Amino acid sequence: MTKAARGSLLGIEHLEPAEILGLLKQARRMNPAKPRPLLKGKRVVLLFYEPSTRTRTSFEIAAKAMGATTVLVQSEGSSIEKGESLLDTGYTLRAVGADVIVIRHPHSGAPQLLADHLDIPVINAGDGMHEHPSQALLDAYTILRHKKSLKGLNIAIVGDVYHSRVARSGCHLFSKFGAKVTLCGPPEFVPEVAAMLVPGLRITRHLEEAVRGTDVIMLLRVQKERLAGMKVKLDDYIARYQMTPARLKIAKRDAIVMHPGPVIRGLEVAEVADGAQAVIVEQVKNGVPVRMAIFARAMAKR
Amino acid sequence: MANRSNAASLLIKGGHVIDPVAHVDADLDVLLRDGRVAEIAPHNKLRGGADEKFDARGLVVAPGFIDLHVHLREPGQTHKETIETGTAAAAAGGFTSVCCMPNTSPVADSPDWIAWMQHPDRGASVNVFPIAAATIGSEGSTLTDFRSLRRSGAVAVTDDGKPILKDDLMRDALQLGAQLDLPVIQHAEDTRLTERCSMHEGPTSFRLGLRGITADSEAGVVDRDVHLAQNLKARLHVAHISTAAALKPVRRGKRAHAHVTCEVTPHHFTLIDENVGEYDTNFKMNPPLRSVSDREAIVAALADGTIDAIATDHAPHAPHEKQVEFERAPFGVTGLETALAIAITQLYRNQRLPLVRIVDLLASGPARVLDLKARGSLSVGNHADVTIFDPKKRWTFDASKSLSKSHNTPFDGWQLTGRVVATIVGGRITYRAS
Repeated sequence: MTKAARGSLLGIEHLEPAEILGLLKQARRMNPAKPRPLLKGKRVVLLFYEPSTRTRTSFEIAAKAMGATTVLVQSEGSSIEKGESLLDTGYTLRAVGADVIVIRHPHSGAPQLLADHLDIPVINAGDGMHEHPSQALLDAYTILRHKKSLKGLNIAIVGDVYHSRVARSGCHLFSKFGAKVTLCGPPEFVPEVAAMLVPGLRITRHLEEAVRGTDVIMLLRVQKERLAGMKVKLDDYIARYQMTPARLKIAKRDAIVMHPGPVIRGLEVAEVADGAQAVIVEQVKNGVPVRMAIFARAMAKR
Repeated sequence: MANRSNAASLLIKGGHVIDPVAHVDADLDVLLRDGRVAEIAPHNKLRGGADEKFDARGLVVAPGFIDLHVHLREPGQTHKETIETGTAAAAAGGFTSVCCMPNTSPVADSPDWIAWMQHPDRGASVNVFPIAAATIGSEGSTLTDFRSLRRSGAVAVTDDGKPILKDDLMRDALQLGAQLDLPVIQHAEDTRLTERCSMHEGPTSFRLGLRGITADSEAGVVDRDVHLAQNLKARLHVAHISTAAALKPVRRGKRAHAHVTCEVTPHHFTLIDENVGEYDTNFKMNPPLRSVSDREAIVAALADGTIDAIATDHAPHAPHEKQVEFERAPFGVTGLETALAIAITQLYRNQRLPLVRIVDLLASGPARVLDLKARGSLSVGNHADVTIFDPKKRWTFDASKSLSKSHNTPFDGWQLTGRVVATIVGGRITYRAS
């Protein structure tokens, strides 16, 4: 096997805009309260090599709502702990009857490896610093509930872009639909090379510049331990890059504030996270219909 | 060493001899006798007779190729390769001599292991010149016994893969090497800067979310080593150079007549970081595939003589070792069987380097780097190591048919030009294309 099975979702980068629109359209038709049993009798394995709250529960609830049986496999308490390779784990899960594998993994490219060798759809629930496609889809879905279209929209992504799979998937998606994306942060978080990820990406070191006249502000989680090894001091970072009510005022009046979570209050954001313009809880909620749409696509008969 | 002095004689007839050292680029017959080059003369002008004849019409007859950098994996990692399988692959690639790296298990840091590698029981089909570890266990703390290692056959010392970073230790190694006229080979990488890194630092590593190995991590070490070699009048050989930045100190050293040499691999003058695609571990090696501008600089340095040799860094790994997450996969790709064809396709056909330069890089240059006596040229009296190839033959490389035990090549399925027709070691044909 050298090609991912149809219905796999490994990243946003190689998706056609039409496929993305199809998924978003499907998500709008999905009602978690009145689900269609499209996955009845199917076995969904959630293979999680990293901790996760919202992504895991969201995939699990989506799958169950559609009638699937779900099995959670985590690195602790499984053969993974004994040193079983990713591929052997994948073959084992396939042998016991998995119909779809949802994988979260600390190494970039792990879902690709699995998909290259299995004949069932593989869904990437976040791989290393690479992609987090379901998050980008739910972000787009959320934005489109507040804005007419992505085209021409100004989107500022603020924080640790270098380590962020959310940022990479978001950039790919927003750029495919003609949004104007600005990355903002110190060079350690937003290296110059980031601008080459997709056409038209802009980089600024000044939050005010990123936020001025923007429609969407996406904040990324900043891990204290990552700041530790860098030239950036925690206090400096907060002073320069924390999203404050004053800074939010520079954005468009109807700008929305997003965050993929988990939010570390007092670092990248404080009171703004609970303000009227924040859509952070809504993002989490939208994760369920979006992931239902991802499952529907994975299981679609063609 | 496969030193089969054969009483029989072999006449290579009708071929086109290219010998960069003797400045020969002409149609000549070559007579090999008793393991040596006995006579070279225009067609049908040879005086001596031969027991066996080889029809080389339409083919190039070159001094036997020498690979300065291979991992034969023995002792210890025989599931990847053995001296027998690795040298069979070498013969198929036109190499009559290979220099094998000491990162075996155990590390080749003692005269006993150096002798063991050259023992006839290993079943080598080409000459094996071991390179010994520069420090005990390649742990970077205590120098090995260079003198006795050389006496047992080691042609150089290196801690390949575990670069010598400590300034004083590298100085001591070069100094001791200088006393014995033994080259020190350095895998130039400041590993303090490359922890958890798996490919070249650039737009592709950012796109894939992989930590990047910067060009500076190579150039910094080369720069220091060239300075040291220059001051100590020692012999430094830079292994698998891969960046434009690292070529600068090499050029500087050469201009100052320091005894500094360097090699480049076929994959580094052919491929770039983008070729990693979607995490293809057959494109993961160290140093990593670099940027387009690095590749251009490498090709320019091949043309202008800054680079002394093409070496494969043949690094076999088993499928189960390579079929893992990209960051967890071992570095290294195979290369013995594709080196000539990649060189001809990429350098001769695409970049217009003369064929004589390619033979120099594969045969004469490597012999000069390690001062391998009576090799790298077809002068009368030299070892009868000869590579015969068809520079026009088009073929497709099929990794599954490789003679190496491992098939981790980035060139599987590539359409190539230039193929080895026969490999002659010590006057005996050890490989013949079917």
